[in-house]
Formats: sequence, structure tokens, C-alpha cells
Amino acid sequence: MSDTEPAIELRGISKAFGPVQANKDISIKVMPGTIHGIIGENGAGKSTLMSILYGFYKADAGEIFIGGTKTQIPDSQAAIAAGIGMVFQHFKLVENFTVLENVVLGAEEGNLLRPSLAKARKLLKELEEEYELRVDPDARIDEIGVGRQQRVEILKALYRRADILILDEPTGVLTPTEADQLFRILSRLRDEGKTIIFITHKLREIMDITDTVSVMRRGEMTATVKTSETSPTELAELMVGRKVLLRVDKQPATPGDVVLDVENLSVINSQGVERLRGVSLNVRAGEILGIAGVAGNGQSELLEVLGGMREATGRITVNGEEIDLTGRHSDGQSRRERGIAHVPEDRQREGLIMEFHAWENTAFGYHHDPEFNSGLLMNNAAIKEDTARKMEKFDVRPPDPQLTAKNFSGGNQQKIVVAREIERSPDLLLVGQPTRGVDIGAIEFIHQQIVSLRDAGKAVLLVSVELDEILSLSDRVAVMFDGKIMGERLASETDEKELGLLMAGITEAPDKPVEEAVEEQLQARDARKAQIHG
Amino acid sequence: MDLMTILQVLDSTVRLATPLLLACLAGLFSERAGIIDIGLEGKMLASAFFAAAIAYMSGNVWIGALAGVGSSLLLSAIHGLASITYRGNQIISGLAITMLAQGMTVLIAQDWFSQGGRTPSLVGQARFEPITLPFAEALAPVPVIGPIYHELISGHSALVYVAFLMVPVTWWILFRTRFGLRLRAVGENPAAVDTAGVSVIWLRYAAVLICGVLCGLAGAYLATGLQAGFVKDMTAGRGYIALAALIFAKWRPWYALYACLLFGLLQAVAVRYQNIDLGAFVLPVQFMDALPYILTVVILAGFVGKATPPRAIGQHYVKER
Repeated sequence: MSDTEPAIELRGISKAFGPVQANKDISIKVMPGTIHGIIGENGAGKSTLMSILYGFYKADAGEIFIGGTKTQIPDSQAAIAAGIGMVFQHFKLVENFTVLENVVLGAEEGNLLRPSLAKARKLLKELEEEYELRVDPDARIDEIGVGRQQRVEILKALYRRADILILDEPTGVLTPTEADQLFRILSRLRDEGKTIIFITHKLREIMDITDTVSVMRRGEMTATVKTSETSPTELAELMVGRKVLLRVDKQPATPGDVVLDVENLSVINSQGVERLRGVSLNVRAGEILGIAGVAGNGQSELLEVLGGMREATGRITVNGEEIDLTGRHSDGQSRRERGIAHVPEDRQREGLIMEFHAWENTAFGYHHDPEFNSGLLMNNAAIKEDTARKMEKFDVRPPDPQLTAKNFSGGNQQKIVVAREIERSPDLLLVGQPTRGVDIGAIEFIHQQIVSLRDAGKAVLLVSVELDEILSLSDRVAVMFDGKIMGERLASETDEKELGLLMAGITEAPDKPVEEAVEEQLQARDARKAQIHG
Repeated sequence: MDLMTILQVLDSTVRLATPLLLACLAGLFSERAGIIDIGLEGKMLASAFFAAAIAYMSGNVWIGALAGVGSSLLLSAIHGLASITYRGNQIISGLAITMLAQGMTVLIAQDWFSQGGRTPSLVGQARFEPITLPFAEALAPVPVIGPIYHELISGHSALVYVAFLMVPVTWWILFRTRFGLRLRAVGENPAAVDTAGVSVIWLRYAAVLICGVLCGLAGAYLATGLQAGFVKDMTAGRGYIALAALIFAKWRPWYALYACLLFGLLQAVAVRYQNIDLGAFVLPVQFMDALPYILTVVILAGFVGKATPPRAIGQHYVKER
């Protein structure tokens, strides 16, 4: 393979945003007909590099060679012309268009739509047979599941005759089974001679699917190795620059009394869609209950109800006392008074006010606290002192209470939120996606804090879409699908495979091939969604 | 009420609905591409003034209409520059354009004609004359069909037919052409259009300029077709009513037609019947005059079902990542 030209070669690519050097002198060769993984922590510069390749950014220095020819890529048009197709992490689809309309958008033939659509329909059928890329061409995007939406993105690229396919964190929104299907499609594409660049921060995916892997750290390409000749531990070290613990160190739980008891909780959102359908669960003191599930199956709503951000029907008791689910006493303030602390899923929108100082942010939710007030006025000096103390304990960098929240990195922002909520020693801690967009070093730290809160005899309810995180952190796991709890397992007695099936809505061993059963469940869910839309 | 009365009310409905319809379709193009345009009112007003003034000076209504459209296009270009190129606030830009037009038209009118901010009355070739369709006279005596054709369908000025023709044309452009697909896409998810290699900026400018042309026609019709000359603030909120109709119509061309006809009918009834005696009490004329505006408020307050606007409406497009 070494005697052929690389499909893509980058030489000395550099890109800076102001003082931040996002890419530093990056050179890489991607051979045709391979799956080339690019792995790195968040903020390592993977997405910037790919955006340069797709014409979103102009590199400050460096050259791009496609199939051995030096190529300028000033915009997406040029990238498409050079045979590059990109599947973004956040899909670029028009939600109320059909699959077909999305595929032809921007690549129509002539001024009228009808001939383009007819031609696309024919081509889609061919692609479907060739690569198992099954989607209904006439379905509307907002009526199909994310797995299918992703296939539409791939189809878009293939329709534009892409030979090089870039996928940016493609599995973040998929169930394990959907991810497996994606991997099969990608292998098939590779076998047909396409070149695939696969960006991820998940080591397992790199090991599963790639032929070659490049590691990025802080804007630099630290290594390119054959996947068969490396190991997850080695890759993790290359990513972080030091040894990391991939598993959480914790003792078996010693659960006490029930702290949180949820009975028959239901939520109907503003569009009239039932997002929670009779959820019942409980969390005991001294244990971590993990809620697993693919994003969008009701976990967010559950957290919002518990955190007092959304109204619901049903019954919730905390330490045996019922709490209000509607009305004046159903808000974040009242919940905190009942000993419930909440680290929300989206720290930038719900956890922090990005334009405010760190010290102001550490007081939110507890700003009525006597120690933060003196008479009618806030006692800012006390808040700042408290912030400085928390920053030191949680190793927030830089430890400057005067800095605005937006100037901290994702990991440090999260530490500020976690510090604010955990340091109150709540009876119940709600945590949503505690390590989303957080670097490995901070992940370890945040996980340790959650475990030590548990060890102090507190109850923790953890929602995460990262199955690894759920399995390593939880004592008990409940799986949500389509607004319902599909089942509960002890973390020590289950595995990814079993949870993966539950996440796809399958409760018992199916009497048909697993994939068919999964497909059926997902279709049923999509149909329910479509019915409400229609 | 006999057939003739009904036909007369419907006839004036058609005429009163015309400027609303043109402005509504103008807004439809702009908003489908994601650009809010509350400056419809201002563009109509500017166009009404320049159409009347230039028609008066040249003695030719077509030259007048062209000038009207030109002035509206200029204001559209300003709106485009402010809201697309410089990513300003689209509401503020639209508001500023309306205020500018309200002040400038009267000021220039006073300077040019010294008639208290109005243009002299237009006569003859300086106005749009009614067009009698073929066979209108011949068919007139035929019962029912005759009067309908003669009174209601025939005998309007050219811009009325243009306005009604624009409904299927708009529908066809939006849903049957490549340009329409891209235009709708850019109002829903500009990032999808951009990554597909199509210029978001160009598409949005195209939409805003089409809006300018249609708005210009609406204004020109107001001053040189519906009435004979420009008077201060003659649009009287029609731009806003058109926006309400657009929301009522859920941003769809055929629904826009029905919505505008409804508003036209309310205006026509108010013009024809001063005080309506309902037996128990009398509806005063003021109430009838206010009715279209009341309906506008009701619609804008969202009492008429849920209308889903184009998803990216009012949002600037900034390339990211």
C-alpha cells in the first residue's frame, strides 16, 4: 500500500485563533481505501483540522494534497469538488424537508426540482443496495431517528460523489447497535475503495474500526500508528501525555434508606408529546443510580422535573416527604431547600451564566444563604472567599474568582458547577452528563468527587449518555427508552451488550436476529413520533 | 342583499386585498429565507410616494411604478446590508426603514409639491386604468355568470391581476424550482445550505430583493391604482396587516391569498356600511374600521392555532467550527 499516493496529505498545517494555537504544524498522510482514526481530547484541534479540510477555515500555513495534487480549499464548494464529504457531529439537515430534498439540496440538476428528485431517487436506491444504507426517501427528517438521519448525511456525501468521507464524532448520538450498523456501513465503504477519516475521543471505537490512528494533543499531531500495533492504554497516554486511570476506583456501595422515591412520573411537553411515561424509581443513601439511554429518550426531562425546572404528574418523595411537582413550590430554590443539588446537563445554558464572574456563579442557587448576605446587601467578600476556597479544593484553573465563566475551559467550568453543588453536601445529588466535553484529567477528578459524596452516605442520580461512564460509576443502572424505564440492573451484574439492547427498547432475548428486533423497536418509536408530528 | 351588492362588496374586497397580497407575498419571500421584514410598511410607503410623484411629473403611470419599485428596492438593499452583511438586528433595521420612509415621504412631498405633504391628484395616464377583459361587455347580460365576470373579475387595473397571478407563481417558485428549495432551506437551516456549497448570503439577498420588488408594486398600486395620489401615511398599517396575514397563512402562498382576502373583505365592509344595525344595537363605523387591526392583534397574539415560522428566522448566519 505504501507505493500508492495518499488520498489526503496535509503538510505543515497551522491555524491560530487569536492567541490560541488550534493546530500546530500538522502533517499527516491518509492512504486510500483505509479507515483512518483521529483521536484526541476535546479541544485538541481535531475539529479545527477537519474544518480546514472542508473549507470552513483557511489555514495560516501549510499545504493540502488530494490524491497527490496540491489543492486549495477556500470553501465547502471546493471541498465537495475535490471529492471530500463531511458528516458533522451536529447534522446539517433541513428538518422539515424530506430525505430526498436534503440529499439533492445544493447538488440539483438544472433549475427545476422534479428531474433532480427523480434522479436522486434512482441513485439512492442503488446506494441502498450497494451499502445497506436503508432510508425511506420520502420520510421527513424530523420523523426519523438520529441513526437514519446520519445515514442521510452519508448519502448526501455519496450523492456528491465523495471519495473521502470525514465523520466527526459520529457515534455520540447512537445506540451501541446503531453504532455497530454504522461501523458495518463504513467497512463496506472502505472495501469499495472509499477513504474514511473517523474522528472520535472514544478509544474503543478507534480499536474496533480503524486501520490507522493519529493522536492529537493540544493542537499537535503526537503520533500516527497502525491500530493493530497499539493498545488503548498507549493511545490514552499519547492523548493525555501521562498515565490515566480508565476505571473509577471505588468500594462496593453500602446502600441505606431510600432518599428519593419516584412514582409514576409523567411529563407531556409543549408539543403534546409524552416525554416521560410513568417512570418509577428510587435512590438510596450511599448509592449511585445511573440512568443510561440514548440522548432524547426522556432522561433530560426526568432531571428537569427532579431539579424543579419542569412540571409533571406523579409522586416524588425525598426522605419520605412529598415534594411539589407543580406550582409555586416547584422550582430550583425549593428543591435546594429540600436538600437536592443539581448539576445540569448543559452547564453553559443551565449551570452557569457565561458572562458573569466565577464568584458570582458559585453563589447561584445559594445566594439567599445567610453567610452570603449582610442585611439587604450581598456579602460579596464572603462569596469571593468561599469561591477561592472551592477553586483550590477542586483544582480549578486558573484559580481566579474574578474571571468570567466563559473564559474557563469546559472542564474547569464543570468543576465550578460541581464544586458549587457538591460542597453543600446535599442529601441527593442530580448529575447530568457530568463529563460531557471535559478532558480526561478533569473526568477522573469529577468522578472521584461523585464517588466520595456517595461514600459520605449521600444519594446520587447520574444521567449520562456515555455507557462507559454509567458502568464505571453507578452501583445500579436503570435504562430509559422512549420515556420509560426499560429495566434495572446491578452494575456489577450487567454489561454493555445487555444495556445496549435495553437502550434500544428490547427487554428480553428476542426470538429473531438482534438487529431486526432493534430496527423494529426504533421504527415503532419513530412512528410514534411521526404520528404526533402529523 | 341582492347579487349586485354582494358583487360590489367583493369587487372592492379584491381591490383592497391587492396591496395586502403583494406585501404579504413580499414578506413571504423574505421570511422564508430567514429575514424578518417589519419594514414592509415603510417600503410600501416610499414606493407609494415615488410612484405617485414620478407618475405625476412624467404623466406615465408605468414610469411612476418603476420609480416606486426602485425606491422600495433601495430600502430593501439597506435592510439586506444591515441584517445580512452586517448582521444587525432585523427588527430594528425594519423599524428604522419604516420610520425613515414615514418622515422622508412627507418631507420630500412638501418640498416638491407644497401641498401639505401630499402629491397632486393623478389623472388620465398617470393612474392605472381598469382593464376590461375580453367579452366582459358581451357577457354582462348573462344571468349570474355575466355580472360575476363583468363586475368582479373584469375591470381591475393591471397590478390587481399581477398580484393574484403572483400567488401560483410564488407557490411554483418555492416548491418546484431549485431556487425555491434553497430559499426554503436557508430559512430553516442555513448551515445545511452552506455545507452543501451554496452561498447563504447570496440567497438571502435574492430573497430580500424580490421582497423589495413586490413591496414596491404594493405601494405603487396603493397610490396610483387604488387611490389617485399620495397622502401622508397612506399605507395606514397595511404593512403590518400583511405581516399578520403572513403568520395567519403559516408562510404559505395560497393561504396568504385567503388571509389577505379576509382582511380585504373586512375593509370593504367597513367602507360600504358605515353603521351596521344589528337590531339590538348598532355597530359604529369606528368599530368596523378598527376591525382589521383588531384581527391583526388577535392573530399576532397567537389565537389562531400554532404557526411554525421558518426555524432560522431572524438569526444571522455565522460560519462556525
